[in-house]
Formats: sequence, C-alpha cells, structure tokens
Amino acid sequence: MTHTAWAEATGSDRDLVDRRLVAWYFVAALVYLGFSLLGGLLMALQLVRANPLQGIELLSPGRWRMIHTNAVAYGFLANSFLGALHWAIPRLTLRPVLSRWFSWFIFAAWQVVVLATAGGILLGHAQGLEWGETPTWIDPLALAGLLLVAVNFLAPITAARGPLYVSSWYFMAAFVWTLLTYAMGNFLPEYFVPGTSGGAIAGLFIHDLVGLFVTPLGWGLMYYFVPILLKKPIWSHGLSLVGFWGLAFFYPLNGIHHFLYTPIPMFLQYGAVIATVAVELVVATVLVNFFGTVWGAGRLALANLPLRWFYTGMVLYFITCFQCALQVTLTFQAVIHFTDWVVGHAHLVMFGVFSMWIFGIMTHLFPRLLDRPWYSNRLAEWHFWASTVGIVVMFTDLGLAGMFQGYYWAALLPWEASVDGSYPFWLVRLLAGLVIIFGQLCFVVNLVATWRNRGHV
Amino acid sequence: MFESKGGVLLIGGLGFFALALVSNALVPVQMYRDLPEQRTEELVNANLMYQFEDLSRRFPESFEKYYGKPTREQAAEALALGRRVYVAEGCWHCHSQYVRPVSNESRRWGAVSATWEYQNELQRPVMFGTRRVGPDLSREGGRRSNDWHAAHFFDPGSVSEGSPMPPYRWFFDGSAQRPNRRGLAIMAYVQWLGSWLESYPYYEAYQPLPRLEDAP
Repeated sequence: MTHTAWAEATGSDRDLVDRRLVAWYFVAALVYLGFSLLGGLLMALQLVRANPLQGIELLSPGRWRMIHTNAVAYGFLANSFLGALHWAIPRLTLRPVLSRWFSWFIFAAWQVVVLATAGGILLGHAQGLEWGETPTWIDPLALAGLLLVAVNFLAPITAARGPLYVSSWYFMAAFVWTLLTYAMGNFLPEYFVPGTSGGAIAGLFIHDLVGLFVTPLGWGLMYYFVPILLKKPIWSHGLSLVGFWGLAFFYPLNGIHHFLYTPIPMFLQYGAVIATVAVELVVATVLVNFFGTVWGAGRLALANLPLRWFYTGMVLYFITCFQCALQVTLTFQAVIHFTDWVVGHAHLVMFGVFSMWIFGIMTHLFPRLLDRPWYSNRLAEWHFWASTVGIVVMFTDLGLAGMFQGYYWAALLPWEASVDGSYPFWLVRLLAGLVIIFGQLCFVVNLVATWRNRGHV
Repeated sequence: MFESKGGVLLIGGLGFFALALVSNALVPVQMYRDLPEQRTEELVNANLMYQFEDLSRRFPESFEKYYGKPTREQAAEALALGRRVYVAEGCWHCHSQYVRPVSNESRRWGAVSATWEYQNELQRPVMFGTRRVGPDLSREGGRRSNDWHAAHFFDPGSVSEGSPMPPYRWFFDGSAQRPNRRGLAIMAYVQWLGSWLESYPYYEAYQPLPRLEDAP
C-alpha cells in the first residue's frame, strides 16, 4: 500500500488527533514496560537464588519489585491509556481536546511524575502502600496531573451534543474515579487514619486502582475499538448499560476483600465478598455482550491481529474474574492468601488482560500514526504468541505454586519446606517471564524497523 | 439519567464512590474511634529497651557512633527509622504482619492479631503485608538474638540455608559485626514486633512434622 492510500484509509481526522503525541505516549509506555520487565526479571532471579547483582543498594530486588508494579501501573498502563485516549476521544466526540499545548505539557509533567516516583523508590523514599509507594512529596504533583488530564479530556466529552456512546460513560467516570482514588489512597492512610481502619482504606485503594482506573479505561477503549474493527455495532445496548452501572455500583465496594481474616470488622469482610461475587456476575454480562458482538465474525477475530489481542484478553479476563469469584471466598482465602496464587492472579489481570488490549491497540494504531504498515507481520505474530504462551504458563504455574504453599503452611511443615517446594515453580515462572520478555523484544524490534522504514513502503 | 453526563459523573463517579468510602472506610474509623493512636515514644517498652541495650553491648563501637547511649529517646528514634527502612526496602512485600485465625497460623506464630495492636503511628499505612515469601513477622521479636539478625541481614544464607532473601550489605559498615545506623534501627524494629504481648518472645507451640525424606 502506498503512502496516500494509507492516509486515505485512516480517515481525515488531522485536525482532531495529535498523532505525534499519541506515538510519544506509546513510546514512553514501552520504555517503562522495559524497566518493569527488568524489575520482574531481577525478582524472579532472586527467588531462584540466581541474582548476579546482589548486595548493591540501588539494585535491591525489594526496591525493584516496587519499580516493577509502579512502572506497570503509572508508566506503562497510564501512558498507553493516555495515548489511546488522545486518539479515541477526539474521534468519538468529533472535537479536539481542550488544548494541544496543554496536552504536551501534561505529557511532560506525567513523565516527571513517573520518573520521580521511580527515583524516589530507588533512593528509599517509598510509602508503605501497594501501588501507593509513590513518595509523599510526589503525591500532590501526581494528583494535580490527574486533575489536568480530567479537565483536558472532559472538555470535548461534555461539549459533545446528543446521546453519549458507552465508551464516553466509562471514560468520564474513570477520570473522576482515578482522581478520587488516588487522593484517598495516598493521603488518608498516610496522614489521617492509622491501623486497621487505615487498612480498610488501603484495601479500597488497591482495588479501586484496578477497578476504577484501569478497568473502565480498558473497557471504554474496547467499546470503542472492537465495533470499529469488526465493522458492526455492539450487540446489546441494554447489556452495555447493565455492565457499566453494575461495575460503578459494585466495584468500589470490593476493597476489603484484599484483607480477609484481618481485624477489620467481619461484617464488612462479608460485604466485600458478596459485592465481589456480584461484580463477577456483572462482568459476565459484559463478556456476553462482546462475544455476542463477535458472533458470526469469529474468523475475522482470529485473522485480524488487533482483534485477536482484544478477544484473547477477554478470554483471560473471564478466567481472571472466575478465579476471583472463587478466591474471594473465605474458604479459598484460608489457603491461598499470601501465596503465589495472588501473584499469578495479579499478572493475569495486568498483563493477560489490560496489556494485551493495549498491545492490540498499539498494533492497530502504529501503522496509522506512522502512515506505513508494520515492517514485519511475523514479528507481530511472535509478539502475540510469546506473550500469550508466557502469561498462560506463568499464571497456571503460580496458581499451582500458591496451592502448594498454602497447604505446606497449614500442615505446619517447617517454613523452609514451603520455600524448597516453591523452587521448581519459581524456575518455571522465570522461564515464562523470559518468554514474555522475548515477545516484547519482538515488538520493539518490529516498531523500530517500522519507524526507520520511512520512504520505502 | 443512566446515559446522561450528569448521571454518569454525579451518580456513578461521585455518588457510588462516596457510598463505598462511607460504608467501607468511615464505618471502621467510627468503630475504632475510642482506641487511641499511640505515638512512637509510647511504644518503647521494657522488652524493646532490653533488646536496645543488648544491641549497645554487642555492637559497642557502632552503637556509640550512631546512637550514643541506649536511652528511651534513642530507642524511639531507632524504632521510627527501623520502620522507615522496613517500608523503603520493601520488606513488607515478602513478610506479612498479621496472624490469621485460620490455617493453623496461631500455632505457628501465636495470638491472632487484634485491632488495638495496629493503633499506632508505626502502622501508617498499616503493614499487613501482601505476600509471605518469608514468614510472618508480627511476633518475630525476641525469638532470635541480635547476633543472629546481624548475620542474617548481612548474608541470609549463612544462618538460613537456601533462603531466597537478598543480603542487605548497606545496613553495615563492611562487616556483620559493624551494623550502621539503619542496621541497628531495623534490628530494633524487628525485635520490637510482638513485644507488646504477654507471650513475648513467642516460640512455636508445636513440633514440626518430620520432613518427608526423613520419615521411615
């Protein structure tokens, strides 16, 4: 395909979308993904006692584990989402964002926030809250950044006339929720509420960050991209409504399920368990809706790589949620809490679902951003298969490891028995991680080659 | 309403979030409002002072250099710093601080955790933890000597064979005999854990089962 043909096929949105900004967001996201993968690799090597960089303060696996999770949440996911939103929202509302200059300012400011967070963690200024490790002095800055993001994107959405499309509901709610969640988690348990009740808030924070920041943006983007790629509307508008409002009502009530059997009042724990099971039912309606949409076009969903990313992510989303409905019960918790089961679950959500959707979006958008097709479809396929095989092996392996660990502990075997017993699982996890890293390398090589391919298409 | 901007922003965005915050966070806050939050100085007890003085005798040069005399004020300072180190190094990503009423945990670690144990400055945010690669630490204090801890932080494998815990050389001035400011602080912090309980120090109330390969 020639240059002009690409330009025509990609529509006439030059006044709406700042393509360079989208591309820069994606590149920044991939850089942080690289750091995150390195952090994961370091921790995996440490667990199998093969870490070659021991005893160096700035390379401490404990600190890099925090880099690992924070780089994924605030570096990779946040940047990718912002990039994708800069594409989706102007095209959806037919209005540009508030200001182009402002958007670039936000881009730069957010990179400062992410890099400062990483620097702070490495230098030992972390806070003691998962995903809220962001050093205290960065929190107000990050919060201001999130406010600017909300203003910038809410401008075109609120200015749009006529009925709102599903994606807009998710986006609007996500901007409000992310802001509130960040403020709640980073200030209340740190400055105002100690101990157990602070723990309840920490639970809300951990959970809402996935449920009210990552999930609504992810689903909002799926509601946007899937119908476009399938060239057919979403199957049921009614189910879209059920999905959104069910998520909005039940998801925020789940937080305490992260701390079952703690001294947090038991009736609140029961409440969180019930709300969680309710969320899984809601999720089922969303999945039914998306599989209803693809019904009859299954072949296309397999042949088209971005669609395959999306639907693989959705299958894994179903597995995640099914896992969650089981593991949230007190029966399961007694065994699997504090084990690698939970680690496997977290990887399945963050990599198996949302990263997959992002890779699908990037695979779809980069040719449109750069006005040229992918350098190599084979590398793109390798990216998909290595990621899929890697994550499936990893979460299966960690889930099994978790059950072994849980029963070792309950059986009152010496602690070392659970460590020795975990060793083979940790080895498999390391290998699965290397496969995932290999997949991402394929993507980066492909991207660099595509980028340099300027001129001869 | 369900598809309007106002509905999404006010009911979904603000309303449901506020509902969850009130029911899941403000309710426990209200329930525990009568439990006072202890300041670090109030947490210094006889058990901690015993350990702190022991540190000053075992590592006299280092202790003199970084803390001077083992006073209560110095102990409070070490405790606060120890907790900061515990957070900064991500100890809480591999060690929990709560004993659950299930899975035989009270036999392994002692009394099930209660709310009042967490009502203090050092539990902001609370150190429940998220994963147990290593054991729970909420009743760890007093179980092992300060020498053991120094050797363990310097090179975990030397006293705990096959341990996947990384060495923390930067807690020391070159050797396990010379813990620095942070090293003394983290040891004081670990020895403090559980020191508020009658059962301090807690030793396992069970005989470990024989390992499978040793069984007849």
